[in-house]
Amino acid sequence: MSRFEESAPARGGFSYDLCKRNEMLMQKGLKPSSYLKTGTTIVGLVFQDGVILGADTRATEGPIVADKNCEKIHYMAPNIYCCGAGTAADTEAVTDMVSSQLKLHRFHTGRESRVVTALTLLKSHLFSYQGHVSAALVLGGVDVTGPHLHTIYPHGSTDTLPFATMGSGSLAAMAIFESKYREGLTRDEGVKLVAEAICSGIFNDLGSGSNVDVCVITKGKREYLRNYMLPNPRTYVSEKGYSFSKKTEVLLTKITPLRELVEVIEGGDAMEE
Amino acid sequence: MDSIYNDLNAPHSMGTTIIGVTYDGGVVLGADSRTSTGMYVANRASDKITQLTDNVYICRSGSAADSQVLSDYVRYYLHQHTIQLGQPATVKVAANLVRMVSYNNKNMLQTGLIVGGWDKYEGGKIYGIPLGGTLLEQPFTIGGSGSSYLYGFFDQVWKEGMTQDEAEKLVVKAVSLAIARDGASGGVVRTVTINKDGVSRKFFPGNTLPLWHEELEAKDSLLDGLSAASPEPMVS
Repeated sequence: MSRFEESAPARGGFSYDLCKRNEMLMQKGLKPSSYLKTGTTIVGLVFQDGVILGADTRATEGPIVADKNCEKIHYMAPNIYCCGAGTAADTEAVTDMVSSQLKLHRFHTGRESRVVTALTLLKSHLFSYQGHVSAALVLGGVDVTGPHLHTIYPHGSTDTLPFATMGSGSLAAMAIFESKYREGLTRDEGVKLVAEAICSGIFNDLGSGSNVDVCVITKGKREYLRNYMLPNPRTYVSEKGYSFSKKTEVLLTKITPLRELVEVIEGGDAMEE
Repeated sequence: MDSIYNDLNAPHSMGTTIIGVTYDGGVVLGADSRTSTGMYVANRASDKITQLTDNVYICRSGSAADSQVLSDYVRYYLHQHTIQLGQPATVKVAANLVRMVSYNNKNMLQTGLIVGGWDKYEGGKIYGIPLGGTLLEQPFTIGGSGSSYLYGFFDQVWKEGMTQDEAEKLVVKAVSLAIARDGASGGVVRTVTINKDGVSRKFFPGNTLPLWHEELEAKDSLLDGLSAASPEPMVS
């Protein structure tokens, strides 16, 4: 029988060599830089034909809004999307990483990815970092086995639920879900409920704000509704306008158009000598 | 306000009440369904009784992440073991695998477990594996934060050789008692009964559980005297 020793993390993982140095620097007065967090309200629910994910779009850096319109619903596979709350870098990195792993796995198996695959990849990564990778995720998708919705916590535990909320605005959003969710919602009812829950987070939680993103995933189809609702429009625009003072010297006025997309045509002939 | 946010980032733990009892012919495992993150209930309908093999199940308590990953590892080892052995794994082997992982990683894990199942050699067996990784075979065992309120109850009510029905009723009553008293336990009561005929899962929603004394309507209460009309003042 194999030895059961699992020292976490055995291969790779964090190296704590610089911790003493950091402590010394902090004592000398160096303030650690604050990282970009997504205060966030993220939600997901299972409806009649699949799953609907929702998220707000505010990214905060301490008390400041760093990004008023960031994307928190990340692509994992054509049939699987993942909302991320917590440290923005961690959610981006971990969802990108698992998305690549899923793509390789799809090449390997020749099949559509399953939600439980993404779930296991994410949970084992997060568990091995013992909660230091601060990513709280709502993973949803539809595969051959049906629609699935899971929540994944930074320490690596997962829950499978018919409706879920995460992030600082999760309590506000959960209040909406608990009162209005029922099984077998139609697509329109589901989207409306998700938007309502996110709005509840946007208006009642300081860490969430700006717009509502929604993603509807059904068998064989996904609709990514970026900025589905814009409940916080900019109402005041200064009449004076924004321009440089007349004394400013204009050096160069040049407009460089963006390059056009290049089409890659597949199935060409193989190169021959 | 800060403390609420800190709580939401607290590790996902299952306050929990978990129970395993043997009866004449098998075992009954029971658990509540509350998973908390600090003071917030993250999942009010979680399933803490996880399958390891067709005939062995495990009740999880403590850190949700640690217990989930441990169960996944043991399920994998048991699967290999079953293939190599050529027949279903025994409950004793399953419990020992859980104990090995728990003991060898005792510094990093924080999870108390109850392994229960039925095999053809020993019949129904319950093994308790608390925090440090001890393995104890017992006729019944309780675990989790809610178990503190059940020691006296079990001392009074437990008897050997119960029927399946008696055992199930005992487990449901015990879990609902713990739910009434322990803040970290709540939700629904889930039970899993394992015997030679297989496995049967039952689910008892909150409103079907018996109410305990402070939850009942006051009947013949001395407080009724307060609402009665005040007595006539004495006239000399």
